[in-house]
Amino acid sequence: MDAFTTHTGTAAPLRRTNVDTDQIIPAEYLKRITRTGFEDGLFVAWRTNEPDFVLNQPQYADASILVAGPDFGTGSSREHAVWALLDGGFRAVISSRFADIFRNNSTKAGLLTVVLPQDAVEALWAAVEADPTTQVTVDLEAKQVGYDDVTVAFDIDDYTRWRLLEGLDDVGLTERNLPDIEAFEAGRPSWLPHAQPVS
Amino acid sequence: MPTTLAEKVYEAHVVRRTAGEPDLLYIDLHLVHEVTSPQAFDGLRAAGRTVRRPDLTMATEDHNVPTLDILAPIADPVSRAQVEALRKNAAEFGIRLAPMGDRDQGIVHVIGPQLGLTQPGMTIVCGDSHTSTHGAFGALAFGIGTSEVEHVLATQTLPQYKPKQMAVTVDGELPPGVSAKDVILAVIAEIGTGGGQGHVIEYRGSAIEALSMEARMTICNMSIEAGAKAGLIAPDQVTFDYLQGRTHAPTGADWDAAVEYWRTLRTDEDAVFDREVHIDAATLTPYVTWGTNPGQGLPIDAAVPDPASFADEGDRRAAEQALAYMGLTPGTPLREIEVDTVFLGSCTNGRIEDLRVAAELLRGKRIDADTRMLVVPGSVAVKAQAEAEGLDKVFLDAGAEWRGAGCSMCLGMNPDQLKPGERSASTSNRNFQGRQGKGGRTHLVSPSVAAATALTGHLTAPADLQESVTV
Repeated sequence: MDAFTTHTGTAAPLRRTNVDTDQIIPAEYLKRITRTGFEDGLFVAWRTNEPDFVLNQPQYADASILVAGPDFGTGSSREHAVWALLDGGFRAVISSRFADIFRNNSTKAGLLTVVLPQDAVEALWAAVEADPTTQVTVDLEAKQVGYDDVTVAFDIDDYTRWRLLEGLDDVGLTERNLPDIEAFEAGRPSWLPHAQPVS
Repeated sequence: MPTTLAEKVYEAHVVRRTAGEPDLLYIDLHLVHEVTSPQAFDGLRAAGRTVRRPDLTMATEDHNVPTLDILAPIADPVSRAQVEALRKNAAEFGIRLAPMGDRDQGIVHVIGPQLGLTQPGMTIVCGDSHTSTHGAFGALAFGIGTSEVEHVLATQTLPQYKPKQMAVTVDGELPPGVSAKDVILAVIAEIGTGGGQGHVIEYRGSAIEALSMEARMTICNMSIEAGAKAGLIAPDQVTFDYLQGRTHAPTGADWDAAVEYWRTLRTDEDAVFDREVHIDAATLTPYVTWGTNPGQGLPIDAAVPDPASFADEGDRRAAEQALAYMGLTPGTPLREIEVDTVFLGSCTNGRIEDLRVAAELLRGKRIDADTRMLVVPGSVAVKAQAEAEGLDKVFLDAGAEWRGAGCSMCLGMNPDQLKPGERSASTSNRNFQGRQGKGGRTHLVSPSVAAATALTGHLTAPADLQESVTV
């Protein structure tokens, strides 16, 4: 994945709670077997059916930071939701609460998910609605979001931060611990099931 | 230190623990389906990696599979290509696959338990959020994304942080006509779609202990709809009786050793949960959803809520958006909502007990003339069992459609979809906008409410049917 250090761009205010991954990308786009090219499915129902949808508004068309209501990314585990946001030009999503699987997926694909208190989200919504050209900086090194004269700190565990800053592949890191895996396997009970057909 | 069931299972699978890093957790069983795996296999190929434990990996075809003409090639070329990719990947990497037409094929969360692959105390993952289903056996089972699928394929492990612990205790006796589905819909309505975030939920209490394995699976299945990482239930004699004799269950001395271990899988008396919720089973009634997230549910006796009644601005706005999408007016009694389609199936409610409950209500009757009812067994084996019991005939005689096994209209990746504006009563797990087809409107219900609704054409509790007979 691409490393994430710091990103500055404009932000789109998505004033909705419970944005599920079916809305981020509907199931019909999940039939593809590629890992890129999902931008056409990003929020496609809302983009098609709701003229006022935030990403249909020209002043937010080039936004690279999405600022959403609580419980963003609920529902299906589809990592395609993260890929679609990245393909659609987003580098970061800010919300007061993310669904666990979505957040986990985002850290594997290089999309930064930033948890801010809801009042900080509200203030950011107000700022980018008052001036859509507001430059918002998401700084992973300093663990803070900044715009105008506002700076808000956010928390992220050091390990995930380090992996994102370096753009590191999890599998490669785990493979360094192969001896531990082999040792664990040697101690597993023999009665645990195996998936091969039983004759 | 006293620990919870989930902590016990977690700790038993820690391969490596180092300060400043996530734990490395061993995965006992990896279930794979066609939708979330192709990019993971591509990743393995690109890096020259193999599948570390093909013997702990099992694949099936479920999301895309048509439920009619299942032996013909899939008509949709994109769906067909995805299923063919899984076949090629399974063959190349030596993974067992239950393809369409195979006797073991079915929804991935139905076939794991059915084959006896799902056992207490295991760690189980799948690129599918409803992997929480397997927690019904006292396993720690959770959904993962495609990058993690690749990680498990390559290493049979996952880096993990220990989740927080939550207890949902349901005590008392469920009233007649109230099922596991109503319990979990009530739990989600109570704690919200984010209420379980960061937690594993242990369901406990006398009402949970009284449930069958299949009902327990229904409850654990929808843990994700409450935002939880996983849900589980302590294994007991009900669990052991369900497992004994299944294809992959241990036998002989192995069985005895396994049961001895499984009996230790209980939360210690004085273990501390980070959050506790109590529900009195006797107060529950059939639940239905009125909105577009699973937390927007109410007892069927209620009416469509007024968005103005929500104190929180986010909830109010969500209710307004939901009612606009659902085409509902505040104050309308939920029972007056007319549906076009009834869907009985999915990993939530597509097992044999679900079909039996619905068939009992439909036996000797005809469904409403303007309502379509789709019955989709969760697996080929469930379908065969239902046919052996004559349930297929009950459904067909009532005017319902009897289909092949798969995920079907739960998410409409196959041709089984709602048309724009159509309304369903569905035993599945998600009422998201467009989930069952573009513009489709979904009300989540239990199997008995689904069957009662099919008979009347509007949302109906099974008890309503008896009243109309006796009055």
